[in-house]
Amino acid sequence: MADDDSLFGTFIRGCWVQNPVLRLLLGMCPTLAVTNTAVNGLVMGGATLFVLVCSAMLISLFRRFIPAKVRIPIFIVVVATFVTIADYMLAAFIPEIHKILGIFVPLIVVNCIILGRIEAFASKNGVVQSLADALGSGLGFTLGLLVLASIREALGFGTIFGYAVFWAGFKPMLVMVLPPGAFLTLGFLIGFMNWYDQRQAKLACVECGGECE
Amino acid sequence: MIRDLFILFFGAAVVNNFVLYRFLGICPFLGVSKKTESAAGMGAAVTFVMTLANLATWLVYNYVLEPNGLLFLQIVSYILIIATLVQLIEMYMKKYQQVLFKAFGIYLPLITTNCAILGLTLINTIDGNDLISTVVFALGGGAGFTLALLIMSGIRERLELADLPKPLEGAPIALITAGILAMAFGGFGGML
Repeated sequence: MADDDSLFGTFIRGCWVQNPVLRLLLGMCPTLAVTNTAVNGLVMGGATLFVLVCSAMLISLFRRFIPAKVRIPIFIVVVATFVTIADYMLAAFIPEIHKILGIFVPLIVVNCIILGRIEAFASKNGVVQSLADALGSGLGFTLGLLVLASIREALGFGTIFGYAVFWAGFKPMLVMVLPPGAFLTLGFLIGFMNWYDQRQAKLACVECGGECE
Repeated sequence: MIRDLFILFFGAAVVNNFVLYRFLGICPFLGVSKKTESAAGMGAAVTFVMTLANLATWLVYNYVLEPNGLLFLQIVSYILIIATLVQLIEMYMKKYQQVLFKAFGIYLPLITTNCAILGLTLINTIDGNDLISTVVFALGGGAGFTLALLIMSGIRERLELADLPKPLEGAPIALITAGILAMAFGGFGGML
């Protein structure tokens, strides 16, 4: 599946096979910092998706005119411009969440997923392909944030998106919404992904009688 | 005055540690914390660039952006300042400071995308710190980053020898260790 070059294959690769949060461990700072509630995770993921899609398309459109030697500064300026737009839009439409996310909105500039996808994909491929890649990685990032944030909010506050998910007498573990909870949850989540992958590989090996190694 | 500055420094370095409390600079924290030597090199390079970058952005904010009403250019100009500064430092060291250049080596270019640097300049601007507080805050942030990196690398050097469940090897156990470390640092919480 990872070698599938069709539009859908490109999309799925960014979204699942090479999920930025759960498999590649990219963009760790916002991942850990803003995932104390599901809403924050979703907004942060959305803002990153917007910046990634816009800058990937613009750069893919102008890829023949960007001199190779100064490409990184050009990428950074383009990304920073879209981040400024996202920052002002969030401040205008959802000021409460913008205040909670704080400096992590401007910090989308240095999110390695964005520069990584632009350098590795958008600067070398056509607009439609780049759009599929950016949407895949952006949605994959949002998905990772949402999963992490939902687990933390459920264990730390007993809610998801503000709705109670546990029985009435449930005592929330405050530590899960504090910084240590972010590290612990992500650590165990990635451990679980590894366990699942290793199990799948083992099962595939049993099927063919150990010849595939 | 001195007391305030000390509190600012101590707060940035330990109580609100940049890595473990504010989640800034996690990528190098996980990437370069396998050996104590490289952790020390990265810490020193970050502290150095952080201090200079905060000095530069403070000057640009107060003498260029603010008086001319160009605040919408804040993010673009800050990231350009940091990128240029890193490039200049690298060129200068390569020519005149061979020993330092070898010590900082590969860590310098990585610093441009270190969110601890950009994050700290933004926090300084939001807090409206004056020039001296800005520099002290940057030094504290750098010291805190170095401290977290050194502790982490010490633990990870020992973890290499530990017998771990296979799925937890590598990144997962590093994150879990960081979580426990963050709890320990949480103990400083009530001090300021």
